[in-house]
Amino acid sequence: MDFKKLGLRAGLEIHQQLKTKEKLFCRCPPEMRDFEESSYQFFRYLHATPSELGEVDVAAEEEVSLRRKYSYFGYDSTCLIENDEEPPKELDRESLEIALMIAKMMNMQIVDQIHVMRKIVVDGSNTTGFQRTALIALDGYIEVDGKKIRIPSLCLEEDAAQRIEGDNFSLDRLGIPLVEISTAPDMESPEEVRKVAERIGEILRSTGRVRRGLGTIRQDVNVSISDGARIEIKGVQELEMLEEIVRLEAKRQLELLRIRDELRRRGASVGDVKEVTELFKNTKSKILRRKVEEGGIVLALLLRGFSGLLGRELIPGLRFGTEIADRMRRRGAGGCFHTDELPGYGITEDEVTKLREFMNAQENDAILIIAEKREIAEKAMEAAIKRCKEALQGVPEETRRAMEDGTTRYMRPLPGAARMYPETDIPPVKITREMLENIKIPELISEAEERFKKEYGLNEELARKIARSENRFLFERVVKEFEISPQLVVRVIEEIIPQIRREGAKVESLSEEHFMSFFKAMSEGRFAKEASDEILMKWCEKPENDLTEILEELGIKGGTFEELKKFVKKLVEERKDFVKERGERAFSPLMGMVMKEFRGKVDGKIVSEVLKEEIRKVLEEG
Amino acid sequence: MKEGDRVIVRKEGKIYEGILMPERDGFIVLKLDNGYNIGINPEGAEIEVLEEFRSQEVRKEVLEERDGLPLISIVSTGGTIASKVDYRTGAVTAKFSPEEILELIPEMKELANYRGRSLFNILSENMRPENWVQMAKAVYEEIKNGAYGVIITHGTDTMGYSSAALSFMLRTPVPVVFVGAQRSADRPSSDNVVNAVCSTHVAKSNIAEVVVAMHHTTSDDLVAVHRGTKVRKMHMSRRDAFKSINATPVALVEYPSGKIKVLGDYVKRNERELEIYPKLEEKCALLKFFPGSPPEIIDFFIERGYRGIVIEGTGLGHVSAEWIPHIKEAVESGVLVTMTSQCLFGRVCDRVYDTGRDLLRAGVVEAEDMLPETALVKSMWLLAHYDLEEAKRLMKVNLVGEINPRSTGGAEFGF
Ligand SMILES: [Zn+2]
Repeated sequence: MDFKKLGLRAGLEIHQQLKTKEKLFCRCPPEMRDFEESSYQFFRYLHATPSELGEVDVAAEEEVSLRRKYSYFGYDSTCLIENDEEPPKELDRESLEIALMIAKMMNMQIVDQIHVMRKIVVDGSNTTGFQRTALIALDGYIEVDGKKIRIPSLCLEEDAAQRIEGDNFSLDRLGIPLVEISTAPDMESPEEVRKVAERIGEILRSTGRVRRGLGTIRQDVNVSISDGARIEIKGVQELEMLEEIVRLEAKRQLELLRIRDELRRRGASVGDVKEVTELFKNTKSKILRRKVEEGGIVLALLLRGFSGLLGRELIPGLRFGTEIADRMRRRGAGGCFHTDELPGYGITEDEVTKLREFMNAQENDAILIIAEKREIAEKAMEAAIKRCKEALQGVPEETRRAMEDGTTRYMRPLPGAARMYPETDIPPVKITREMLENIKIPELISEAEERFKKEYGLNEELARKIARSENRFLFERVVKEFEISPQLVVRVIEEIIPQIRREGAKVESLSEEHFMSFFKAMSEGRFAKEASDEILMKWCEKPENDLTEILEELGIKGGTFEELKKFVKKLVEERKDFVKERGERAFSPLMGMVMKEFRGKVDGKIVSEVLKEEIRKVLEEG
Repeated sequence: MKEGDRVIVRKEGKIYEGILMPERDGFIVLKLDNGYNIGINPEGAEIEVLEEFRSQEVRKEVLEERDGLPLISIVSTGGTIASKVDYRTGAVTAKFSPEEILELIPEMKELANYRGRSLFNILSENMRPENWVQMAKAVYEEIKNGAYGVIITHGTDTMGYSSAALSFMLRTPVPVVFVGAQRSADRPSSDNVVNAVCSTHVAKSNIAEVVVAMHHTTSDDLVAVHRGTKVRKMHMSRRDAFKSINATPVALVEYPSGKIKVLGDYVKRNERELEIYPKLEEKCALLKFFPGSPPEIIDFFIERGYRGIVIEGTGLGHVSAEWIPHIKEAVESGVLVTMTSQCLFGRVCDRVYDTGRDLLRAGVVEAEDMLPETALVKSMWLLAHYDLEEAKRLMKVNLVGEINPRSTGGAEFGF
């Protein structure tokens, strides 16, 4: 596809959680919890009258049309503020600092005085019925491959509660600070969308102060082609999928335009709805029979000139008929049939003929049928009629949900203008010159990578790894403060730590200071690098102990390791010929000799590592 | 240039366009087209008006009278049960007329016909005893004019004082229900809707007493109906802040069904004639004793001509020995001195310890299990309607449910 020719336009909206000690408006820890750990529950209704929401906002109206009961699950790490039972505290300064740093990195205009707003959200994900959000900076840009991508706004806001299932929400995520970065629709190809997303991701991670891992960053993308419509796609989990999603959305819009042209050529129109329950009185279709037995009716919609188009594939796995069915599902219907796929599903040829006759359908016409309780069937048909009429116009504007395979499905209409009013419980924050001067712009990951190669002699792979790592700042602290091999530090941070984490160690219980004293001891030769995993694993169990206690417990006393190394070196040296002759088989007899000396003082595993290393050295000499 | 005008602000080569909002701490505040407010340092900023503010035509809904529904009167005193947000400017306005309340809480429409009376608009912390008298008179008139029940919207801070005052001043044959909101009515999560709808159910019920109807739990499931003399705001911010002290609530109302579950005795509809005793002796005070607190405070009130003093003592109802001569002097100069306890839960008993016995000898009246605030309001009411000796006697007599002869309740607090 030639996206330039299609007039592809795409923009991004990126939500990134910040790594802070506290939540944005309360002093609770921003910790994600296991749902099983929930210690209390309550439920609420949210009330917003349609007139208050403004007549134009279809999206919100769809949400509040029913009185929905939302349940919330709290933890010992949430408080009355998450429960909407206490006024919020002032805006967290640490979060603000990070947001300002990101804004500066994106060449933005920072607002003189920050005002926290309430943005009405009545889907239950906020206990208050609104999300607290503040505009921090305006009118920035980033450069990607020499092209300026405009960043019109950066907001600092509280994350919403996490939907567990249905209308049940978990309160742990509510209030975690996040930045929302919106780009202008300046991207013109799927590839460019991915590159911009990657660059923004790099900027965010370069701060070292954003959260990492599943669910800590969410990408929404909006896509349109010429003559198409603005489509907002929510919840892109994987950066790798972005390109595919944009490509498929452009294709979907293009196919919808082709269908429109075909419909227009045929002089298509949307006909009447008739009840056809009687026609299917003795049907063999299990679905129809069951629905009718449960008190439902069968409705049919005549679609003049639609024949063959309902079954047409827009993108893999998504037919035009699916688009109609998705709308009907939003109104509570289970699904529908159309003549492009009939006879089938137990509906016979004879039934189709009778249906066509009854509806007075011509060859070019299609018929859509649905079996549901009357109220649902009628509402669903209304939605189907609306969607089919939209097909005559082209692409309808809507919000769609990203699926794992890169396709998208209908979610809700495009929201109207945000309904916002000031959060009067939180005073505005004046941004002083001093605050701005104190912000130091961190080095970009790509710049750090280059520097690490030059400054520390790291190879391509290690430099890349550590520059992208969350522990990049720890790495630099260690190699600057201690005399220690940078390669070794990277190995411990990027290989050993992930490995013991996989083995079940609670690495998060160790702080940066733990690691600093660990590397200090390592640089002083207080233990063998081979013992790193064991020491760290033990320390994860008892993070309250100091390193000396851990070493003692493992039988690694100060100096003992040095002794061991000396002893092994001497031993191997003295039996060089034996080693050369026996090769690796020299290990067992030598191991016995070393253990005789060091049993009870040094862990056998460590002895074995040291010995193997020395043997290897001798063998490599040749 | 005024608030609401559409303006352009030019500053250091940058341009901001939006609606001008009230300034904050000397900064120009703009509401941008994306809905956000930002503050702009006015130094070197130039403002140009693009379009002047024009207030929008407000369409007035007309209340339709529905057949077969009872007439409920809504008396507003300042507590906000309904407010409307203008998302264009972000302004929040409290609404008091029944038309507007029903527009914002449409669920109430199905339940009754309404008549509105905007009595005053006072923050509840600014209420004075004279306002309680006005309130009692207004409610009296509403009932006299055919109200099947009365709802009083009230700020929550001093709602308990007002409900106690009306309990003493009014003998009502219909429900008189105080209601408010702990979360402002402008937010979708406000407790206003549940409280208002349930208070309407109470106003239509058989419970012909002065009561407070507020959330019973943090969930939107139950509203508790508290006797006006036994209720106290026990939490600063929670929805379920109002609790019955030394008593169980009169009833619970289920939301959304409106089903009323009665928990104890109450005065039934039309069991008594409508009467009013709308006088209060304002020269009454409530004093909290604390270790080392100076007894001269009593002398001050005597000098100022106060006629009633309610003391919030410690434990069973004690003050330090140095207070006793001053209290004695107050009693001797004709002041009604009543002892309550800062424990709130339990019953004052000054016969157990020496200090207590000394207090009784000094002429202090024990307030039984009454709330200190209720004892204060009762002093005001008794002293305005009876002579001192009769007031002293009645202070210990249960008149309108302010004294529970048996010590019950408190289970909610782990008692
Ligand atoms: Zn909290």
